This record gives sequence, structure tokens and C-alpha cells, in this order.
Amino acid sequence: MKNLLSGNEAIARGAYEAGVTVATAYPGTPSTEIVETVAKYPEIYSEWAPNEKVALEVGIGASIAGARVLVAMKHVGVNVAADPLFTFSYTGVNGGLVLISAGDPGMHSSQNEQDNRYYAKFAKVPMLEPSSSQEAKDMVKAAYLLSETFDTPVMVRTTTRIAHSQTPVDTEKRQECQLKEYVKNPKKYVMIPAYGRMRHKVVEERRMALEKESDASPWNRIEWGDKKIGIITSGINYQYVKEAAGSASILKLGMINPLPKKVITEFVSQVDEVYVVEELEPFIEEQVKSWGLSVIGKDVFPRTGEFSPELIAEKLLGQTGAEEAAAAAEQPIPVRPPVLCPGCPHRGMYYVINKLKLKVTGDIGCYTLGALPPLEAMDSCICMGASIGTALGMEKARGKEFGQKLVAIIGDSTFMHSGITGLLDVVYNKGTTTTIILDNRTTAMTGHQDNPGTGYTVNKEETVEVDLLNLVKALGIKRVIEVDPYDLDKVEEILKEETVADEPSVIIAKRPCALLDKSVQPPMAIDQDKCTGCKRCMKLGCPAIVLDGEEITINYTQCNGCELCIQVCRFDAIGKAGDK
Amino acid sequence: MIKPVDILIVGVGGQGTVLASKILAQVGLEIGVDVKVSEIHGMAQRGGSVVTQVRFGQKVHSPIIKKGGADIILAFEKLEALRWLDYLSGDGQIIVNDQQIDPMPVIMGAVQYPQGILDTINNSAANTLVIDALTLAKEAGNIKTANVVLLAILARQLDVPKEVWLKALENIVPAKFFEVNRKAFELGYK
Ligand SMILES: Cc1ncc(C[n+]2csc(CCOP(=O)(O)OP(=O)(O)O)c2C)c(N)n1
Ligand code: SF4
Repeated sequence: MKNLLSGNEAIARGAYEAGVTVATAYPGTPSTEIVETVAKYPEIYSEWAPNEKVALEVGIGASIAGARVLVAMKHVGVNVAADPLFTFSYTGVNGGLVLISAGDPGMHSSQNEQDNRYYAKFAKVPMLEPSSSQEAKDMVKAAYLLSETFDTPVMVRTTTRIAHSQTPVDTEKRQECQLKEYVKNPKKYVMIPAYGRMRHKVVEERRMALEKESDASPWNRIEWGDKKIGIITSGINYQYVKEAAGSASILKLGMINPLPKKVITEFVSQVDEVYVVEELEPFIEEQVKSWGLSVIGKDVFPRTGEFSPELIAEKLLGQTGAEEAAAAAEQPIPVRPPVLCPGCPHRGMYYVINKLKLKVTGDIGCYTLGALPPLEAMDSCICMGASIGTALGMEKARGKEFGQKLVAIIGDSTFMHSGITGLLDVVYNKGTTTTIILDNRTTAMTGHQDNPGTGYTVNKEETVEVDLLNLVKALGIKRVIEVDPYDLDKVEEILKEETVADEPSVIIAKRPCALLDKSVQPPMAIDQDKCTGCKRCMKLGCPAIVLDGEEITINYTQCNGCELCIQVCRFDAIGKAGDK
Repeated sequence: MIKPVDILIVGVGGQGTVLASKILAQVGLEIGVDVKVSEIHGMAQRGGSVVTQVRFGQKVHSPIIKKGGADIILAFEKLEALRWLDYLSGDGQIIVNDQQIDPMPVIMGAVQYPQGILDTINNSAANTLVIDALTLAKEAGNIKTANVVLLAILARQLDVPKEVWLKALENIVPAKFFEVNRKAFELGYK
């Protein structure tokens, strides 16, 4: 029987079968489960790196040392890893290296929907794109051959609908892979200008050889059908096209960089009208048009968001695609955005920040949810690690007084990913920024991965736990205070003091994520006789505190017993459910 | 083989929709149909809307279901049932758990939780089944098994032997929770 695997699990399986012995990643939706799955194979050394750049660098080292390597990250992670990637393209590999880039059209869980196919073209490395879990597994294996044959890192691109769809996969046995011999070779691996110039020529020769390879690649195949309409597509859109317009002629591209020019030219010449069906940017379309061929793409298809079989049917065939549906609801339907969990240690901090009317340069993690109503306690959020530099920039632009009403907020994982250098700048350039590190002992947003601050590796082995307090001190910050974010009075006192201080300070708010702490606390209840209906407790934005008609009540199935609301209530109306 | 069927499982993060869809997909594999499952996680535990799409058929291409294409919608919460109603096919069936979970805009009083959802659904869907899964789950001994109760209701609608469901359940839930989940399944299947 086949196994039902998500795209991510299939990639992990492919790496395993290909004899990979080293895997590194930094978590990021929708790529996280790749290394989580790989880590279960004892044959493979797996790690969470502190960020994507380091992940790739560890991968590069392992490749130069002769191992087959898997490196995985989300699309924006490749921005962080871009520096080593571009030069690694010059050096090439020893053991094969495959870099997974998981994109997120529609931004289910991302800050942008950049199209990472351009990275492959920009860095001049081949890129494969699977359409199902089976292909994901098979392509990863093929990618190692490609990598070693052409002496290049190979990128495999997925999107959310591939990474997180489960489809049947045939598994095979692992092929053990001997380490390649390690020979010191500075002209290949030491990229000083003199050697880099030589390698650039090699890269150009490789690019041309890969163009031929793409034309011969079994991953690029034509499924002839009706020749009135031809469709060029790849990835998940191939499946949508099969569903929406299965009778058309389809050129399914699996190797999307470099594109198979001959195959595409031949295909275009055989059909009356050609559409390019690709999500996001006109990556294929623009190249095909540059060869003087006529195709239709972004004139009819959107450049934003995900596609669907309906959208393709509508644009291609002018059908709505939707079948006769049950009558849709006419009432407006309230949205249901995600919220900080009941008992989340981040909540109290935002409550106090709002009380003190502070501005917040934010960062990326669960705590970004504090940007949404009712907390709405965030002024900016750009990318991982940006909070601290942004705060310093605001202070430098508008002066110290402005800086005293401003804090930078960053999570523990994010601080170690790319916050440390921002803080270094604050110290070096004499800022007075107040930075709050929300140390919830995990990388919560992406599903609770360990990081250098938790004291555990990806395999849950004990390891050195970063001493945040002393790390921050060593950077030159003199004012460092640790606080329990459940203690609202203390948090308020510290925030008042630190924001006005004439030097930089760091507040470490330390308490584990509510989903990690499995101890059960009794739920809270509101004494309706004492409650004046002032709604102060509702400013916490806790999903367990709800308005039931006129009464404010606490939903006992949701309450986690954190007791923040007890601290907030001025009329002593809230207590443990049993007592009130 | 059962005929092709498209099932949408919708609910609120934390309600256990993912486990239910896992078991359902496993059943599909057991009975030898092509299966595709698409789910959006990431925010799954933070109380947002969650949806899993499960498709069974001879050959399934797209992992996502078209509007008006779902044969069955299994809704773990009323508002979510309403939200996805236009995915139900003209002659489809919707199974609704009679539970209300207020989303943040309702909690804040910015908007109202829609009134009479069950009537609206009843009036527009060809076939509506309303279940109080929490009560049955309590009866089984653990309120968290409401997802398995709901899965059992769905199981009743599909032409697959009960043993296949129980086997998939046993394969997927941790051994120490199997008994209470089996009980929940039986209560829902009755
Ligand atoms: C460059 C980059 N890599 C990965 C991600 C995915 N991502 C979003 S938030 C986050 C980490 C959050 O952890 P932490 O800062 O500890 O905050 P928490 O969620 O625990 O509150 C990650 C890895 C991203 N958005 N950008
Ligand atoms: S998962 Fe943890 S950190 Fe994230 S919102 Fe919930 S309690 Fe907070």
C-alpha cells in the first residue's frame, strides 16, 4: 500500500532514500515539517540552525566535506541565505546539495508572497518544481544526481498547496551513499576575485549545459490533447489545469530553471493558442515572450494570490467553473482571525504597553498577533529581526523624546535569528532603545521548535542553553532586567523606568508558551454581583472572556487559568471558578 | 469502490479537525481509492478558521474542492458551517456541530454572531444534520473526543465498513487514548 505523505514528508523521504547524511534548516511555514521528519531518521544528522544563512552555510560545509545535504527554508528564508547561495553557485558542490524553497502564494502564513523562482535564475542554479508528493520525493532524488553531475546546488521549489497536501507515495529503500573524497581545492572553494573570475566562467558553461539538460529532461513533458488550446504550467497549477481543462494540450514543466527552450518552442508551434498558467510573477511567460513566441499569461491571470481550478476554468474557458451550489448565506459572516491563546505570556506585555500608550516596532512570531484588534499594539512589522533596527531608526529620525515612547518587541527565536546584530547597532551608535525580548522558551509560531535558547536540539537532546541575559550584557547593554510577564504591576514599573532611561535597555519577559506548559490551572469565573461591566478585562483581548448579552463571562472550556484578568479587574469581581 | 466524494472539514483552530481528517484519509487509502488532502496549518492552534479538504476518487487531480463541489461538509462549529456553505453542492449534505465559538470581532462587540444559523443552513442545504457532539463526547468520558464523535457521524454517511474506521482510529490516536476515542466513535455511529 502507498503512504499518504504531505509534500514536506515526501521531500524528507526523498532525501532519506537518496542517502543524505546531513540536513539543516530554520523553521518557517510551509517548510517546517521537512527537517522535523528528516530528524526521525537516525542515519541523518539533522539540526535547527539559528537562521537560514547559517543553515545553508552548514550545508555548504557538509557538501564540501563530501556528504549529500538537504537544506530547507521558507521563501523569505532564502533572502536571509541569499549571500552564501550566490557564491556557492560559483564554487559548486562536492556531495550533492539540495535547497528547498517553500513559497506561500496567498500568504496563508507569511509577510509577503515573493516568487522565488527568480532566485534560481539569478543565482544560476537549476530549479525543479513538483506537482504532487510522489513527484516531490522523486525530484529530490533526481536533484542529487543533477547536483553532482553538474557540480551545482539544486533548488526545489514548493508552494503551500504542495507542501501541505497529502497525496499517495510509493516509498523505496535508502541508497547508502559514501562520503565523497575530500581534497583541498582553493581554486574551487576559496572565492577571492582571482578564483571567482575563473569560476564565473565555469558557471556560464554550466548554465548552457543545463539548458540542454532541461530540453532533455523527463520532468518536462507534453500531454497532447486538443490542439486549439495549449497550456504551459508547473507545480500545483498542473493539477488545477488537469481538473479544469484536462482535454487541452498541456506542457508540464518540472524543471523550471533553466527553461527547456526547444521543448517550449515546439509546443507553441503545434497549438493554436497558448496560455501560461503560473501563480505570482510572469516568470515563464516573460522568458518565452523574449524568444519571440506569442503566449497569453498575466493579461488574463492575476499576479497576486493563489489560483484554483475555478479561476483557471473561468479565465481559459469563460466558465464559472463552480458547480450548482447550495444557496449561499446572505448574512454578513464575521471573520475569525487567529488570536493569542488564552494564557499566552505575550498578552500581559501588550496590555501594559497599551496602558502606557507606547509605540511598538514589532517583529515576526506569535506576538505579531498583538497587532490585531483589540490589542492593536504594533506600529511596524517588516521581517524577522527588523524590530530593533527600526526602533533605532525612528529614534535617530525623530529624537530621543520620541524614543522614550517607543519599544522594540522581539521573540526569543527571532532575537537569535537576526535580532542580535540590531541590538549591537543600538549599543554601537549610542541609541537609547528599549528592547523587549519575549522569551517564551520556544519558536511557537511555526509549531514549537527548539532554538539555541531552549537547551534542546531538534532531536530533543540536551544541549547548551544560551544565557540571554549575559549575551545581551556582553553586547554592551548595561540595563538588562528579567521579568515574569504574568506580573503586570512589575512589568508596568519596569517599562516606565526603562523607556525613559538615557541608555539602551533590554527587558527579558520570561515565561513558557501556554501550549508548552501542560499543567492544568482552575478556570476563572466572574462574580456578576460585583462586575460593573466596565470591560477593562476585555482589553486583554483574551478569547475566553466574552460578552454574553449584557454580562461579561468567562468561557470555562477556553480559560487556561493564567489569572491576568484577576489582576486587571478593579472591583475584585474575578476569581477561580470554584471560589466565586 | 465507493463513488468519488469530496469532503470539507471546517472548524476553529484547536477543535481537532486535523486528527479527524487524518483518520478519514487513512480510511480512503485502506479502501483503495486515490486520496488527496489539503490543509492549511500554521495558525491552526491560534483559534483561527481552519479547513481541510479531503477528496476520494478513481483519479484525483486538484487537492482543493471547488465552490459548490463538496458532497459533504463536516462543520465543527456553526459560524464556520455558514462560512463554507457555498462550497456545498446542490444535493450535498452538511453535518453541523451545534456549538458556538465567538470570534474576536464578536467578543469585542464589533459585530454580532449571526442569529438563526441552523435555520439558514436548513433552508439552503439539501440535507442538514445537526449534532450536539460535546454532549456525546462528555458521555464518552472526554470532551476532547468531540472530533471523533463528528467523524463517526460522517462515517455513517459513507459506504465503508465500520471496522475499517475503527482500525484507522486505532492506527492514528495514541494507544492510551484509544479506548475513550472508540467509545466516542461508537456513540456517534449509533
Ligand atoms: C526569514 C524568515 N524565516 C522564518 C520565518 C517563519 N517564522 C515566522 S515567526 C518565526 C519564529 C517565531 O519565534 P519567536 O520569535 O520565538 O516567537 P514566538 O512565535 O515563539 O512568539 C518564524 C520562524 C519568517 N517569517 N521569516
Ligand atoms: S502558541 Fe504560545 S506563544 Fe503562541 S499565541 Fe499560543 S500561547 Fe502564545
